[in-house]
Amino acid sequence: MAKKSIKIRAKVKDDVVTVKALMTHPMETGARKDKSGELIPAHFIQEVTCEYGEKKVVEAQWSGGVSKNPYLSFKFKGASKGDKLTLSWVDNKGNSDTTEAEIR
Amino acid sequence: MMQINFKRRILLKSSLAAGAISVAAGAGLLTPRQVLAAWPTAAFNAKMVPEALQALLGEGNTETSADIKIKAPDIAENGAVVPVTISTGLTGVESIAVLAANNPVPLVANYTMGEGAIPFVSTRIKMGKSGDVVAVIKAGGKLYSANKGVKVTIGGCGG
Repeated sequence: MAKKSIKIRAKVKDDVVTVKALMTHPMETGARKDKSGELIPAHFIQEVTCEYGEKKVVEAQWSGGVSKNPYLSFKFKGASKGDKLTLSWVDNKGNSDTTEAEIR
Repeated sequence: MMQINFKRRILLKSSLAAGAISVAAGAGLLTPRQVLAAWPTAAFNAKMVPEALQALLGEGNTETSADIKIKAPDIAENGAVVPVTISTGLTGVESIAVLAANNPVPLVANYTMGEGAIPFVSTRIKMGKSGDVVAVIKAGGKLYSANKGVKVTIGGCGG
């Protein structure tokens, strides 16, 4: 899949880590038609998982109803500066991407 | 000759019926596999909010809660990108589901909260037309919900 499809930023403040992530993905619902009237096949991220130290922090399940180039933000507790977290996604075609980010 | 043809019809019919039965059995076998799959296909195919909730969380009824905050624009100029932020003061939150009531497929996203997660999610969603954004939060085994109306003016003409 595309290289570097995830942009992520994780910041810690008062023991709360705020994660903001942007993914590059067409997020086709499968209901849209192109100019010639043909249906554009569905192609969207189904699952996004964020792990911190072997533990799942947040697991998202998405439909094609999430906007193109999806943005996701969430918060969690119990991590400190310099720790690493990983974010990965899998789409309905089996493509996936994973990235690691350092908490700042 | 007629006799033979007649029998042939019967044979065809019965084999068709058998075929239908095996298809049904196949579907029956498929169901548990779908349940095991992490991505809830049935919930994401449901056309109505209660149906989607039933398929996703096993219950269609929710209790309205004032403790859920939905941050979304009152008027969204572009239905393709509607920023939605959901947060709550509820404790023991297990999952947060985001639905757009008037979308062809209402269930947009479902977030499962892991250890240490704070019940807060922010995403941008698509909305086909004006309607309610519904947040459904599962906390302590119960379902709580909140709505927020969003008016979608495609093209940004302010209609």
